[in-house]
Amino acid sequence: MARHIVADAGEIPPGGRKLVTIRGREIGVFNQNGDYFALLNRCPHQGAELCKGTLIGLATSTGPGNFELTRHGEMLKCPWHGWEYDIRTGQSWCDPNDIKARAYPVTVEHGATLVKGPFVAETFQVEIEQDYVVIEV
Amino acid sequence: MKSVRHGGIDCDVHPALPGMAALLPYLDPYWQEQVTVRGIDGLDLSSFPTQMDAHGRADWREAGHKPGSSLELLRRDALDGFGSQLAICNPLYGVLAIYNEHFAAAVARAMNDWITAEWLDREPRLRASITVAAQNAEHAVDEIERRAGDQRFVQVLLLSQDDVPLGNRRYWPIYAAAARHGLTIGVHAGSTYRHAITSNGWPSYYLEDYAAHAQGFQSNLLSLVHEGVFAKFPSLKVVFIESGFTWLPTFMWRANKTWRGVRAEVPWVDRPPSDIIRDHVRFTLQPTDAPPTGADMERVLNQIGSDDMLLFSTDYPHWQFDGDNVWPAGFSDTLKQRVLVDNPRNAYPRLKEALS
Repeated sequence: MARHIVADAGEIPPGGRKLVTIRGREIGVFNQNGDYFALLNRCPHQGAELCKGTLIGLATSTGPGNFELTRHGEMLKCPWHGWEYDIRTGQSWCDPNDIKARAYPVTVEHGATLVKGPFVAETFQVEIEQDYVVIEV
Repeated sequence: MKSVRHGGIDCDVHPALPGMAALLPYLDPYWQEQVTVRGIDGLDLSSFPTQMDAHGRADWREAGHKPGSSLELLRRDALDGFGSQLAICNPLYGVLAIYNEHFAAAVARAMNDWITAEWLDREPRLRASITVAAQNAEHAVDEIERRAGDQRFVQVLLLSQDDVPLGNRRYWPIYAAAARHGLTIGVHAGSTYRHAITSNGWPSYYLEDYAAHAQGFQSNLLSLVHEGVFAKFPSLKVVFIESGFTWLPTFMWRANKTWRGVRAEVPWVDRPPSDIIRDHVRFTLQPTDAPPTGADMERVLNQIGSDDMLLFSTDYPHWQFDGDNVWPAGFSDTLKQRVLVDNPRNAYPRLKEALS
């Protein structure tokens, strides 16, 4: 595992995302109200670019005719077949144990910590007074 | 036909109502006079005309009588013929197709009195479905309540092609009454012909009409699952009678795939449709749309993915097979035993007491 700096904190707005490529892998980084999550941009079903899907809430029900929506913006709907994935874990809603999108740990770290290394930041000039989004891949 | 000892529960036999005259003793004076003066008769469902060869096997017919109208023959050919310990009577008459809901309710009530007096009371191995006028759920529930005390009624009988798909809330009072009394819902192939038999409109030929019934059952299956009938009535079992079952694997694959993509529309369907179908829906054995070989059938049964779903049936007196070849190739002895006894017992709560 290596730590990769992929964005300035603040670069991805709440509810927003950024696609980055790390060692040949496309990864989507999501900002959910200050919490960051990262998923491989590949749906485990048939390989669609999962991270380009729509972010939706989780629809549940206590019985026919009852509709509840929770976890706003925390489910990622694959653009090809509509399967829903939890951006926190990569688990699919329909088959959580067997179908998972690859998820990566994300942290926000201060430049002063990062400069001590080790990290990979080909495109970033790390400044000690800044915060950065870091993925472990 | 040589006698065979299955000891099974035949989940679909058809005692035939000879005609309205047979119901007159069970109608009140008003409806007796209506039927007599207006000459109301011949309400057999036109989806399976009695004069068709398939409506009665040649060796099960009696000259001058409708196939299935004799208790003696049903005893000899269905009960003794297959060694069945019990058989469930599904009398098919046009009650569900009558426009006048009050008349329909009167005929339904008379049908149930008739089947009680002339079949159940005379043969202890018989059980029956409750005939209801589902045109109006209140009428249907009244009739269910009237019969619920008689444990020989084990099921409420509906038709596979009524006015709307069977998951519609119009039917829910019927499902609630059935669940309350431990009755199963039976859905028998047939149409009221108020809508085209196919979803694309009216076909030209009987062949199309007959084969398209599978489509009607499939629509009902989608409707029952996705309207949430089983979420609302978790104890309810539904038996599809004469629907065929070999279409199930591809149908369930398609239903599951679609659910994964758009399930947020019906969030109460909180697990794959195939799981719900396996838990709640059962299918009678005959008529079987069998694949070419026993090995193919084994593959289909594997793909269906449950040994609990099929229920033994002969469809007596209808002609679905010859001799005693009621079993299509590909059923193991273990599976046959489940289909004969265990599955019917589990599909019909009211049979458990009779068999314990």
